[in-house]
Amino acid sequence: MTSSPAPMPGLTARDYKSEVKPVWCPGCGDYSVLLAITKALAELKLPPEKVSVISGIGCSSRMPAYMNSYGFHGVHGRAVALATGLKLSRPDLTVLVTGGDGDGFSIGGNHFLHACRRNVDLTYIVMDNRVYGMTKGQPSPTTEPDWDSALSPGGTGLRPFNPLVIALASGANFIARGFSGDSNGTARLIVEAIKTPGFSFVEILSPCITFRQDQRGWKKIVRPAPVDPTEDIGRAARRLMTDDGFNLGILYVGGREPYRLQLEGGEREPAELESQFVV
Amino acid sequence: MGAKADQTNSLSIALTGSGGAGVITAGNMLLEAAAKAGCYGLFARSSGPQIRGGEAAAMVRLANEPVVAPGDVFDILIAIDWHNIDRFAVELPLSTVSLVIADPSQGAVPEVIAARGARIAELPLRDLAKTVAKGRPNMIALGAVAGLIGLPGEVADDVMARTLKKRGDEALAASRDAFALGVEAAGAMSFDGPDLWTRAATRERWIINGNEAAGLGAVRGGVRFVAAYPITPATDLLEWMALNLQRLGGALVQAEDELASINMIIGASYGGTPALTATSGPGLALMSESLGLAVAAEVPVVVVDVMRGGPSTGIPTKSEQSDLNIALFGLHGDAPHLVLAPTSISDCVFTTQWAVSLAETLQSPAIVLSDQLLGQTRAIVDRPADIAFVSQRVTAEAATVEDFRRYGLAAGGISAMAIPGSPGRQYTADGLEHDESGLPSSRAGDHVSQLDKRAAKLDGFDYGNHWAEIEGDGRLAVVAWGSSTGAVREALARLGSRGHEFRLVSPRLLSPPPPARWAEALEGVERALVVELNHSAQFYRYLKGYCDPPCPVDVYHRPGPLPLRAGELVAEIEKWSRS
Ligand SMILES: Cc1ncc(C[n+]2csc(CCOP(=O)(O)OP(=O)(O)O)c2C)c(N)n1
Ligand code: SF4
Ligand SMILES: [Mg+2]
Repeated sequence: MTSSPAPMPGLTARDYKSEVKPVWCPGCGDYSVLLAITKALAELKLPPEKVSVISGIGCSSRMPAYMNSYGFHGVHGRAVALATGLKLSRPDLTVLVTGGDGDGFSIGGNHFLHACRRNVDLTYIVMDNRVYGMTKGQPSPTTEPDWDSALSPGGTGLRPFNPLVIALASGANFIARGFSGDSNGTARLIVEAIKTPGFSFVEILSPCITFRQDQRGWKKIVRPAPVDPTEDIGRAARRLMTDDGFNLGILYVGGREPYRLQLEGGEREPAELESQFVV
Repeated sequence: MGAKADQTNSLSIALTGSGGAGVITAGNMLLEAAAKAGCYGLFARSSGPQIRGGEAAAMVRLANEPVVAPGDVFDILIAIDWHNIDRFAVELPLSTVSLVIADPSQGAVPEVIAARGARIAELPLRDLAKTVAKGRPNMIALGAVAGLIGLPGEVADDVMARTLKKRGDEALAASRDAFALGVEAAGAMSFDGPDLWTRAATRERWIINGNEAAGLGAVRGGVRFVAAYPITPATDLLEWMALNLQRLGGALVQAEDELASINMIIGASYGGTPALTATSGPGLALMSESLGLAVAAEVPVVVVDVMRGGPSTGIPTKSEQSDLNIALFGLHGDAPHLVLAPTSISDCVFTTQWAVSLAETLQSPAIVLSDQLLGQTRAIVDRPADIAFVSQRVTAEAATVEDFRRYGLAAGGISAMAIPGSPGRQYTADGLEHDESGLPSSRAGDHVSQLDKRAAKLDGFDYGNHWAEIEGDGRLAVVAWGSSTGAVREALARLGSRGHEFRLVSPRLLSPPPPARWAEALEGVERALVVELNHSAQFYRYLKGYCDPPCPVDVYHRPGPLPLRAGELVAEIEKWSRS
């Protein structure tokens, strides 16, 4: 539930960008994700002060400082938890979480599961580059088993984690995949993610051109999913299980009620609690 | 009057039995009835590691003055059975003046008890219970205790009626009959205890435990959001909060782990809602990294650590004061923050409320070191005073001036915090080192000035006289913190009645260390003795290393789980004072 504040007329994507120059490498996919997020916010015309962008640590997690909304750049892996506390206590705000595959699926994996299950009205944008970019090229949970690196010579030999399937199984209410190379398409996904109540998970394939030069080839492989969004969880499961990871679009939209706190109705004062102790 | 001059006219009573024997129910009823009859007292429970069942002991101490520590020995021990007594006999000190009441159907009095030389009386609890329809041995035992100590019958009846209301008329009638049989049986026993009933207190008194008291202090201070993960012995604080926050328009969220709970409260506080979590040692350890985030990003949060025996899983159900080091030093980097300790069960209200207000004012995390002994002991206390501390965060509401700098180097180190939703004040809170406006910066100048800012706001603040409780002005001082304060206070009172004057210093504010305040508190003192319940003398080392005490300092310390007792401390303090 985004109890939408009155839309502001005349806002453009640029109004959501800060003056800060990103630390990202030239050509990093994350620039286009920044553009897509700001386009989505402009499309929704949300006043920047009513938007909070929360992140952990990683190249992708640098996002909040590059935006003109409120932001919180916290510790590695805990962004979803921090955002949960913010959104539950301030349901009037639009809260986005931005981060990477290492931040969200490895160190923050437990929070990811429980955020999907809890279904708080958040939009979680993961820039998946299948690598730890910030720490200079180690394998993440989504890295291919044979990807060679200094820390895992010859590859990890481990089967990659499938975040979309996990999100579905854990209860996320909206699941989509975008590609940073298509910022307009990604912006449309983010708009729908924000508008859909509950926990919305958007995986954005966002190449790390420094440590995963092979990902330059992604633009030739990605394709719009050949099917429409489904509300049928069984069909979504089959679709996500058999998907090769490059189908783009909204893949699942559920109808679960988001988790909210009952903050209204309790109008007593602390002094009124004291009678329970009196002898 | 009682036989014991060393235990200032109090009565200590223990009821033991296996789980399900109802000794905890009986102990609670005894405390409540004594409260109604005008007494003060404490009720501590000891239970084994079993989740349900297993052995249990209800330990009650009653007096005409507020009771601040467990007694030295039990005047009465009544055993419904001797299940697993070997495991916890050490928690039940007895002497030749004690009266042990045993049910002969449960076999001979075990050697661990018999060896203490106490008087033994037989009471066939089970057989008597069988003479009453649905009668239970615990109510016979309660009746016997009531008879021996002279507890007025009306109040006992009143409490029975209230406690057993939900179980129906039949259960109440059975309990009344069983209780009466117990009183009658006590008539045949001789017991010489103090009269607690003619000097009944008339002031408003509460029955509260330290966990509830900390919860009440938190909500008085303005806390309306709690996120937490269950852990003994903090869970009952959380359960109290879950229900009572609802009444106040706040809420508790059960997090998936402590990494989440600390981050959730940081998120809520960043959004403008004063927020708290409660945990014990293992959870505090998990929170360390994010407490550092709250320091760097300057977000107020309060963490109540209800300490238990450590390290690792340790002894979850028993007390120890061994998390001081991690509370003081557990954060990486130079990370000044607040550490406080309540000085008694009822002070859990004050100290927690103060902690919330300090955290909010200073935009800093505050750790409150309670422990199992404070948290889970129910006490009859005078109504804690109302205090005016409420959260006072300096916020930057709307854009009135240009150039808002969230981490600006204002005088005193406290800079205004914008709350999301305020137009024109957008900033990014950051755990990365930052400049005044919050932008990431690794420049040496920014690092130094932000470190200075965060230290200055804590060091330069005037904490007033609340920082410590200081009593007496002897030339010898005893320094205690947290739950040790109670036993020290009683020991010093006993020594005082024998003409030995000591000064008591019990600091509420442990960090930042206030050396100037310590100099004042110990002015004119020749020597000081620190008393604490841990194996490595943590506070003693901290006091010497960080607080520049103006006199030589010694220490008496030992680990839990056995609580410090006044008699033990009288002996230690006397020995020290003569050394
Ligand atoms: C507790 C902790 N452990 C390790 C690190 C080091 N670290 C920083 S970013 C990062 C991985 C980031 O990977 P990802 O989330 O995929 O972000 P990317 O840089 O690829 O965008 C690691 C391991 C840290 N900051 N904190
Ligand atoms: S290292 Fe990779 S992910 Fe990080 S900024 Fe450079 S290109 Fe982007
Ligand atoms: Mg990555």
